[in-house]
Amino acid sequence: MIKQNPQRKHIRDDKLPHFFCPGCGCGQVLNYFLRAVDEENINLDEMVTIGGVGCTARIPVYLKTDTLHGVHGRTLAWATGIKLHKPEIPIVIFAGDGDLASIGGNHFIHAARRNLDVTVILVNNLNFAMTGGQVAPSTPSELKTMTAPYGNKEPDFDICKLAIAAGATYVSRWTTDRPNQVIKGIKDAMKHKGFSLIEIISQCPTHFGRYALDSGNPQVLLDWIKDLTLTKTQADKLTAQEQKGKFIIGEFIKEDKPVYTGSSVYKEACQ
Amino acid sequence: MSEKKAYQERVQSGVHFMAGNYATVEGAIAAGCDFFAGYPITPANEISEGMSKRLPAVGGAFMQGEDELASIFAVAGASLAGAKAMTATASAGFNYKQEGIGYASAIEAPCVIVDVQRCRGENFASQADVMQMRWGASGDYETICLAPSSVQELFDYTVKAFNLAETFRNPVIVMSETTIALMRERLEIPDPKDLKILNRRYTHQKPGEYMTYKANPNQAPDFAPLGKGYHNLYSINPHDERGGIDWDPEVFDKLYQRITGKISENKDQICETQSYHMSDASLAVIAYGSEVRPALDAVEMARAGGIKVGLLKLVTVWPVAEKQIKEVASQVSAILSVEMNIGKYSREIERVSGGRCPVHYVTKNKGSGHTKEEIYQAIKEVWK
Ligand SMILES: Cc1ncc(C[n+]2csc(CCOP(=O)(O)OP(=O)(O)O)c2C)c(N)n1
Repeated sequence: MIKQNPQRKHIRDDKLPHFFCPGCGCGQVLNYFLRAVDEENINLDEMVTIGGVGCTARIPVYLKTDTLHGVHGRTLAWATGIKLHKPEIPIVIFAGDGDLASIGGNHFIHAARRNLDVTVILVNNLNFAMTGGQVAPSTPSELKTMTAPYGNKEPDFDICKLAIAAGATYVSRWTTDRPNQVIKGIKDAMKHKGFSLIEIISQCPTHFGRYALDSGNPQVLLDWIKDLTLTKTQADKLTAQEQKGKFIIGEFIKEDKPVYTGSSVYKEACQ
Repeated sequence: MSEKKAYQERVQSGVHFMAGNYATVEGAIAAGCDFFAGYPITPANEISEGMSKRLPAVGGAFMQGEDELASIFAVAGASLAGAKAMTATASAGFNYKQEGIGYASAIEAPCVIVDVQRCRGENFASQADVMQMRWGASGDYETICLAPSSVQELFDYTVKAFNLAETFRNPVIVMSETTIALMRERLEIPDPKDLKILNRRYTHQKPGEYMTYKANPNQAPDFAPLGKGYHNLYSINPHDERGGIDWDPEVFDKLYQRITGKISENKDQICETQSYHMSDASLAVIAYGSEVRPALDAVEMARAGGIKVGLLKLVTVWPVAEKQIKEVASQVSAILSVEMNIGKYSREIERVSGGRCPVHYVTKNKGSGHTKEEIYQAIKEVWK
């Protein structure tokens, strides 16, 4: 007998098979998210999920939730409007690194600054995957991509640091090969009141793997990520120079601050 | 009623002496607007300023976005969450609204966008965005665009814009202008009971039965709230009636037929015009927005001199009031199309007239509106 994935009940009817490439991390993230949902007894009927444009942005399209999708980079702008009108609706955003840190970068830093009460699950596959493997603001320096054939000549963003500097109140980073930590991270991010970001370093064997590592084998890419991964405790013992080019994982910030309820709030006393 | 209390009333009934931008704010709030997001730009600033005071006081939410894109997409999000939502900008900012107008049209989110038209970076008078109101976003879609000519009409048409947006679940654009937005005039706000306010239809169906995009031909679908188990999927990608992404050309065709058809096939219900001195006219001036004012003065000057000229004012600029323009073109021996740009909408009038009579372009692109004398002069020349 073929056993069905217990999370299958959360997937829209007739929408499988999904369109992710074999070995892509997006399927894993979808799975981890649904495990977190079930373990926390979260009712997806009450949730809005959002994706912009990209491979990652397709994750919410499969979910039995209310979903907004299909415009590149505007996820947090949509979320802000929904949240200001219906603050009680929980919102989870699935964003690619291009969607969040390139075209949507301005919305990202401002939503973090305002401490908008949403959860952002960033799937950082280190390139623009859906469009064919172009260089992204998150692509490590010197690596080859479709549009960096001689190696990337730009420095990359540390998106977690960017979020913290902008005012995010929950930030953590994990990798797709650490299911338990990712699931716990997603739970913590969803439980957190305020702007929460969980960055998941993910493998794109089809594009990033082939251009940067000369291999379309997901295992090669996962091993490469693993070799470059340091826990926060390990990283703390190293100099900034030694930390360069490493994926530092862990929870970086968790604090309580007032959440955004609008740019102007009525005070009768002022009138 | 204390002044404090009055401030919390949505409808500020009575006679006011008010600037156009504030009249826009009052129109929106009277219409039930409960979400506004904007980004600073002159000459639209008083709309944000007014909204930041008035909206929170009546229980709505105000956001100053980090840019116009944030504002229009927040408006789309709020609208899908059930809000009556609006944004306002001026020409340079209107460029950025297009992306959101395209999205809101595709997924049928009612919203109102005010464009206080200005000239290339300066706050001079202009009607140069008239084509962008209709054709600015990528993809196939329809818009409704209303052109007020006075402070009173800024109030009235903003109310109308919300009603149309809710009825057709489509973005509606209020085509404001520097001229009327910054001008103070008499404004009479009616009693709440005399205001016609329309709201979108909510579904009576249960989750599971309901389909986000299932609707009668050329009609908007019923609306289902977020977070109640309806599993609405609002994707700009081609979608079926459930909202699921579907690449079947027939599905695409059916969807776009309805999305565009709900405006284009209901044109006669949507389009409004006003006629002045038209019953015996053998010449017609056609104008919209602030240009209606000098045009009407010019028509009356010409009438005093025995010229049988009338005026057709376009309340609705998009969709084109084809029926009314055709009727005029059949009645008169020539049309003068008056507008404040290089001659954009005149081509529409020429197209619709279809050779029934010649169309003369009376256009001005100098950062100021026509004077009545200029239009009068043009009428005299055509009359000769
Ligand atoms: C306005 C706009 N610009 C560009 C594109 C093309 N585009 C599609 S997906 C994408 C980015 C994909 O990268 P990312 O957001 O990192 O997501 P991934 O596919 O890697 O998960 C781009 C640029 C688009 N759809 N819309």
